[in-house]
Amino acid sequence: MSERKYTDQHEWLEADGDLITVGITDFAQSELGDIVFIELPEVGAALSAGDEVIVIESVKAAGEVGSPLNGVVEAVNELLGDAPETVNEDPVGAGWLIKVRTDAAPDLSGFMDEAAYNSFTEDC
Amino acid sequence: MATTEVLLTTPLHSLHLELGAKMVPFAGYQMPVQYPAGIIQEHLHTRQRAGLFDVSHMGQLLVTGEAAAAGLESLLPIDLDPLPVNQQRYTLFTNDEGGVLDDLMICRRSETQFLLVVNAACKTDDLSYLQNYLSAENTVKMLEDRALLALQGPGSVAVMSELAPSLIALQFMQAAECEIAGVPCFVTRSGYTGEDGFEISLSVDCAETVARALLAFDSVMMIGLGARDSLRLEAGLCLYGHELNEQISPVEAGLSWAIARSRRSGEKKAGGFPGSERILQQITGAETQKRVGLLSQEKAPIRADTELQTVTGLPAGKVTSGAYSPAFERAIAMAYVPAKLAQPGTQLNALVRGKLRALEVVELPFIAHRYQQN
Repeated sequence: MSERKYTDQHEWLEADGDLITVGITDFAQSELGDIVFIELPEVGAALSAGDEVIVIESVKAAGEVGSPLNGVVEAVNELLGDAPETVNEDPVGAGWLIKVRTDAAPDLSGFMDEAAYNSFTEDC
Repeated sequence: MATTEVLLTTPLHSLHLELGAKMVPFAGYQMPVQYPAGIIQEHLHTRQRAGLFDVSHMGQLLVTGEAAAAGLESLLPIDLDPLPVNQQRYTLFTNDEGGVLDDLMICRRSETQFLLVVNAACKTDDLSYLQNYLSAENTVKMLEDRALLALQGPGSVAVMSELAPSLIALQFMQAAECEIAGVPCFVTRSGYTGEDGFEISLSVDCAETVARALLAFDSVMMIGLGARDSLRLEAGLCLYGHELNEQISPVEAGLSWAIARSRRSGEKKAGGFPGSERILQQITGAETQKRVGLLSQEKAPIRADTELQTVTGLPAGKVTSGAYSPAFERAIAMAYVPAKLAQPGTQLNALVRGKLRALEVVELPFIAHRYQQN
């Protein structure tokens, strides 16, 4: 596993070769509040970076999560259908959202590391 | 947030921050939307035990004068003659088109004095409206030095039996003066959650003292605007700006019960309030649209302004409020639909992000009211 990276849309990503696991950050789940519904893409769906493919509904707000990379959905977290609150409880663990197989060897250098993301959220 | 608007704070501001509230702008105030427990826990706690709400942003208006009752009756579809001192009623400021300018509580404080509790977003307009339309012999004053707290839920009465036992005798919508934690308070047995409870009007300087005295009980938890909204929605209660506005009449809103019998056609004080012709006609005639409850099979909230369709794809109105209901563990909503689609059991669809979501028309309220009424 690579070092966890972060986007300015409050997603985290972890690469295992060309397989990228995507979730939302603890900051994002805390801002959303109690999550009651998550809509995930279908396994096999082709994604382009920026496609808003995931919908997260909390009691307060609806949030859309964009794909951070080009690729194909290899797996979605089936647990979230019945237990969307898992994302509140463990956003960077059991509450992962999707795994994306990238087109080419992924270059994650454009994303923030943890220190950069932490200072980014301080300005939010 | 790209706003330079200066937000006001309530007298409990530092308490909200101390309790870890998430503050949001609401009607010109910084208000707590939730505390660390979260909206669902706060909602359930209020239904099961007791929730404390800071509603100090709401307007408290005092109308005083020999002609106060007659003046108010010219603006409200209410009969103040039979209203005893310390009795409260729900009523509405109507406009000439039969729409609603604001909904409010009115309580008689004496022969010549009435206390009105109005929506925060409408309060300055309400004040100038009253000052313009009530004759000069009446005075209208916004009580800027008063805070308002609401204690709601089945556990409220046990708390008050220790802090202010005289309040236990009150029935729903009755009022009394008392002391809580040594602070003089004016209390009504009312609220906006569908639960038994009390609304406490008191000096801003003492609001935190009384809030802390209430929070000292294990059963009492501070509740934010998020749960306040889902509680009132489950209780089928209207929110101004959502179910009520200047275009919707009280009859369409299902609030005909708030039009006093004596103000209806053929009665001794018939009409005489703004828009009375249209409103009174609607009471006896057929409305074109009706406020209904909608229940989803799914959890994802169907939010205000979502378009509704019939099962055959024809337009069927719009959602006015939508939330996740902790009681049903499903999404619930209120909406205005054409009268012929208002029958409970009617199946409708909501169009959410290009997909149809099935909804069923159900009776309001979603959750039966549990007011203190002997």
